[in-house]
Amino acid sequence: MGETKGMALNGKSVIKFISDHAIIFLIILLALFTWRNSQNFMSKDNLNNLISNVAPRFIIACGVSGCLITKGTDLSAGRQVGLAACLAAMMQQTLDYSARVFDWMPDMHWTVALIITVVIMGCIGAVNGSVIAFLKVPPFIATLGMQTLVYGACQIITGNQPIGGFKESYRALASGNFFDNRFPLPLPYLLLPALLVGIFMWFLYNKTRHGKYMYAIGGNENAAQVAGVNVTASLIRIYILAAVMYALAGFLVGSKAGGASTATGSGYELEAIAACTIGGVSVNGGVGRISGILVGVLVFEVLKICLQFLRFDPAYTYIAQGLVIIVAVALDLRKYLAKK
Amino acid sequence: MSEYRLEMHDVVKTFPGVKALDHAQLKLRPGTVHALMGENGAGKSTLMKCMFGIYHMDEGEVVYEGERVQIKGPLDALNRGIAMVHQELQPIPERSIGENIYVGRYPLKKIGPISIVDHAKMYEDAAKVLKEVHLNFNPKAKLGSLSVSQMQLVEIAKAVSADCKVLILDEPTSSLTAAEVEALFTIVNELRAKGVSIVYISHKMDEILRISDEVTIMRDGQYIGTWEAKELSTDFIITKMVGRELSNLFPQRENVPGEVVFEVEDFTSINPKSFRHATFNVRKGEILGVAGLVGAQRTELMEGLFGLRSHTSGKITYQGRELKINHPKDAINNGIAMLTEDRRATGILGVLSIADNVSIASLNQYLIGGIMLNDGKIEKLVQENVNKLSIKTPSSKTQIQSLSGGNQQKVLISRWLANDPDVFILDEPTRGIDVGAKYEIYCIIADLAKQGKSVIMISSEMSELIGMSDRVMVMCDGRVTGFIDGAEANQENIMALATQFE
Repeated sequence: MGETKGMALNGKSVIKFISDHAIIFLIILLALFTWRNSQNFMSKDNLNNLISNVAPRFIIACGVSGCLITKGTDLSAGRQVGLAACLAAMMQQTLDYSARVFDWMPDMHWTVALIITVVIMGCIGAVNGSVIAFLKVPPFIATLGMQTLVYGACQIITGNQPIGGFKESYRALASGNFFDNRFPLPLPYLLLPALLVGIFMWFLYNKTRHGKYMYAIGGNENAAQVAGVNVTASLIRIYILAAVMYALAGFLVGSKAGGASTATGSGYELEAIAACTIGGVSVNGGVGRISGILVGVLVFEVLKICLQFLRFDPAYTYIAQGLVIIVAVALDLRKYLAKK
Repeated sequence: MSEYRLEMHDVVKTFPGVKALDHAQLKLRPGTVHALMGENGAGKSTLMKCMFGIYHMDEGEVVYEGERVQIKGPLDALNRGIAMVHQELQPIPERSIGENIYVGRYPLKKIGPISIVDHAKMYEDAAKVLKEVHLNFNPKAKLGSLSVSQMQLVEIAKAVSADCKVLILDEPTSSLTAAEVEALFTIVNELRAKGVSIVYISHKMDEILRISDEVTIMRDGQYIGTWEAKELSTDFIITKMVGRELSNLFPQRENVPGEVVFEVEDFTSINPKSFRHATFNVRKGEILGVAGLVGAQRTELMEGLFGLRSHTSGKITYQGRELKINHPKDAINNGIAMLTEDRRATGILGVLSIADNVSIASLNQYLIGGIMLNDGKIEKLVQENVNKLSIKTPSSKTQIQSLSGGNQQKVLISRWLANDPDVFILDEPTRGIDVGAKYEIYCIIADLAKQGKSVIMISSEMSELIGMSDRVMVMCDGRVTGFIDGAEANQENIMALATQFE
């Protein structure tokens, strides 16, 4: 995302623009190709499906982006999403469901369940942040430990049984559409939380002290401290916020899947980190934009759906995803290397 | 064979947007020390990196021992007998001294079909090389156990071990004490006597005039000329480097020191080897210079006052009010600002914009409704400072790391000015800044004092201390050893106090 302002529109600048955004162009070409081969690709149902897939992943990527921008990472993201999904699921089972995990649990509105999930997950984020900020454990190790720990806790709480039998009110959150799907554009309910999170995070990153401090810590932690930034408090806030995003995403993922288990969310952390990196969040810290993260998530999900439509074996989808991660980051780094 | 060992002709090297070298040239005679001089950004290091094969030149040729050669990379250069000691060290502190000397070219021995590192030979050779440069280190000790200046000497040993014919020393004395500089000069003299051609890059005039035989001066990537060192004067060199006459090195100061406002009493570090029982004061509108050798703990003391290091005892007062400082935030809230010594490590936020760098320490002032930052107000602050301190930048959105050292320093000064501090601690404010920009920084410092701010300035440049201070505080080995009035300060009385070891 270099400065392209004021650049004359000539052949060279066009080529540079295309090569700087090569992955995006490739994905658009792939989407056009898929559309040509299969008319259903641009159908409303499919677009609804795409948006519903993108929404929770975007929320998770927004959460993990703060960790990445401060030169950290969060490997516990996926398992935290899983735990959040299980917690929400346990609170949203119908009272007459025979296999209720906690049969003493009273009936509660989904908003109450969401708040409880957010609070519990926020505590986990606070632990992550404290271990990193106070004990100076490298984020990779701290969150690797938390990943395993959360997985174990999730197995104990759920008794290792899948959780189903959700209330209709909870299920509808992720499967319903605004205007009963009669509006000409695809407008799934899931669009709303993703949109709100996107606006909130954009505001936080660009218009508040917290955002400036976050970029400063990522740019140069020691210099930020000298400039009076409370690095410890900032880091803890970042990891709490990340966990809150996982809680929200987990809540939605559970609703969308109609069930939750200890396997829910497995591997989501790597997808989120990859999406951020494709979207220009620098692994060297201090750089990253919400718009870029959205692009990163879209690239991944469009790729998946295209390959599905083109009837590729899912195994090939993984190979394509892996290639996209490597190529995208290599291209991104080239932009910086060229300047040296 | 020609009279030169190595010649570089018409070297051109372009980086995106800058012509770093524009027909530069250099001719080295065997058995001489050749000083290469110029302001920062004049292209000295770039030319040396071309010689050493780190950069590939766009145009030009290198003639080495009468033959036109193409140096493909550092390893190729080393094999040909060209060695370089870099300005910025690249040590591997967790490995031994011996391994650091032989990294990349370990002596090997064969066990059957496979080659393995011959550690015994490596340490034997390393011991020999260290002895050759009069260093008394155990080659098996970890490099990290040495001080920075000792590591620098090991780096020189490494160059010597390559049995070089050409040795490039890029600012070798920047972190050395006076005694270590002498040791280095002994080594340089011995190498010269052996016929080695030495390229010596330094900003320190006295060193240049003392050690070198010939001097080549560069400006803006261009070759200005080569002279015999003995016919040169400091003034002549500066004029050639800057390209104009510099009448005054320091501005006329108009500040009038007032009453004592900032007092430090019995300030002692938790580290017994660091600063202890420091007691001093600064007046309103006074510039207090802080002198001392490397290791005098000047930086540590100031970082202690600023809350970056912990102390066990001591009292800090401002206008009679005691300040409790345990974190830089406390210091800032109490009106203290600090420009740190290492701009890149603890000053600039490299990938962030000028605007972010200027505003980061004063964001509380630009809030709308306690939450949202007022971008317009921040932009105004930045523009004011860009104009006031004449910061040269394309826009306020430019990344700070793309500016020159002098402009980066001005941005950092603006950062603190935004908080309107009472006490300004400046740690080596002109380090790594070229002559022209230095003068501008001095003007800013003089202006701060004139406005009634108390300025504490650590400097390792004698002329700067003498030329800028109302009073000089001298430290040695963690203790304050004395104060000298600015008008009476000279090299001798400062050095006497700076070497008052217990």
